[in-house]
Amino acid sequence: MAKIPNEQLIKAIADKFDTSVTVIGEPYELLTVETGRETIIDLLSFLKTDPELKFTFLTDITGIHYPEQEKPIGIIYHLHSLTTNTRIRIKVFLEGTDVHIPTATVLWDGANWMERETYDFFGVIFDGHPDLRRILNVDDMTAFPMRKEFPLEDPNRVDKKDFYFGR
Amino acid sequence: MQNHPVYTDNDPQSELSTLNLGPTHPATHGVFQNVLQLDGERIVSGVSTIGYIHRAFEKIAEHRPFYQITPLTDRLNYCSSPINNMGWHMTVEKLLNIQTPKRVDYLRVIVMELARIADHIICNGVLGVDTGAFTGFLYMMEHREAIYEIYEEVCGSRLTTNIGRIGGFERNFNSRAFDKLRAFLKNFPKTLKEFESLFNRNRIFVDRTRDVAAVSAETALSYSWTGPLLRAAGVDYDVRAMNPYSSYEDFDFEVPVGDNGDVYSRFLVRNEEMWQSLRIIEQALAKLDKEPSDIFHADVPEFYLPPKEEVYNNMEALIYHFKIVMGEIPTPTTEVYHSVEGANGELGFYLVNDGGRSPYRLHFRRPSFINYQMYAPMSRGMLLSDAIINMSSLNVIAGELDA
Repeated sequence: MAKIPNEQLIKAIADKFDTSVTVIGEPYELLTVETGRETIIDLLSFLKTDPELKFTFLTDITGIHYPEQEKPIGIIYHLHSLTTNTRIRIKVFLEGTDVHIPTATVLWDGANWMERETYDFFGVIFDGHPDLRRILNVDDMTAFPMRKEFPLEDPNRVDKKDFYFGR
Repeated sequence: MQNHPVYTDNDPQSELSTLNLGPTHPATHGVFQNVLQLDGERIVSGVSTIGYIHRAFEKIAEHRPFYQITPLTDRLNYCSSPINNMGWHMTVEKLLNIQTPKRVDYLRVIVMELARIADHIICNGVLGVDTGAFTGFLYMMEHREAIYEIYEEVCGSRLTTNIGRIGGFERNFNSRAFDKLRAFLKNFPKTLKEFESLFNRNRIFVDRTRDVAAVSAETALSYSWTGPLLRAAGVDYDVRAMNPYSSYEDFDFEVPVGDNGDVYSRFLVRNEEMWQSLRIIEQALAKLDKEPSDIFHADVPEFYLPPKEEVYNNMEALIYHFKIVMGEIPTPTTEVYHSVEGANGELGFYLVNDGGRSPYRLHFRRPSFINYQMYAPMSRGMLLSDAIINMSSLNVIAGELDA
């Protein structure tokens, strides 16, 4: 089957979700929509089970941090419909003080480690996740290193001070 | 502090034993730890711990200009670095709307398919070693050496290649590269055929691998598996065929699929993929004859680093060199997802750009990371020796696992 045109996809989502899902662009023909955490699981499960759309494949879950925004923490889902070869990107933004979002492991087993990675690096709490632990960093780390305020290098290092390099 | 999983069995009446498989263990080909609860030789439950070689590439990438991120991608799947390099270049080219000439595309296809063969040589060869047949591995490794020599002619390095630049290659392929490539195309099929006849109907090998760790297509899709593993389960998803990049649409090749996703199907799928890769390389060589032989990069002076002698002797090249290195060339503020068919599956690059010289956020969709998460659940009820073979055939590369 051919790729689902973005207009058709927008209409299918708008019919079902009205204003709770907003289209934020189509960069490089990849439809990107934004929603809130209240509707995210409904939206994902609609996209997965709808007999025409069939976004049955979860490509990726990841996070992003915009410190200046009112809702700084973003979670980004990439879905792929293998039967129609269409992709869609879904974003949810959360406030920095309340980083809870329902888990997608109820829909895809593969979401497990992707969500653990997002928790590990951005501190997003996936409610209902079966095993939300750090995955790549050490267990006793307290920071969430992919947030922008976390420095690339350890600020306590003494061997790489700028004045040694004439800076 | 997080809650640790319970590693030890505190019940004194229990007859289960706990085995630490890893972090470094000769049977695991990399730094992974699996804490297994065993009932005799049968695995009751397991917990995977990863992250031993986590190097924070995504964080580092936020502080590096685009052209300096290529060496980071080398170290993801280091058994097939060129695919990662090319995937990254193509992501940036997609971001910047750079059209590469056909000859560049074909050269890239050749290098990427060589990398795929090199990766599958390791995986299938090692699978043989783990089932007790060392011979096949040694015969195949000779040809991986031949592939590395071709890389050496193209870019000067062997394992972490850093092949190519944004827009094309840093230099043209020399005649020795083509000679070595032709020699490889002549010698390798013979060995591959021998390798197949050594294993495909070998009673011991088939008994060890057939129906071991079989995975249904539904489970594989639910776990977001891609690559040879998903195809062995019977789903013909191949990024090269479905979303062709780098002119893969010009080539005639088949996507092999297996039946029940067991270790044996994965082995057969990988072997067949090597034959298909050889087919693609031969077609690419034939197509190269029709392309002008002096083109090896796109004409994008504002992003393609000029050669050093140009920088010293030509004012325009000096200006561009300065602008590229100082990051003074505006880039679009947008986001792009691009994926290539890595040796282990869909290798995706999600790049969010804010118009600066380095990414605002770069995420690697690493197939090994996503494929490996099924390992502990699927090991339940399996024999320890089968779990080892299963790990070999998942072909988890620690660098890609931990990024």
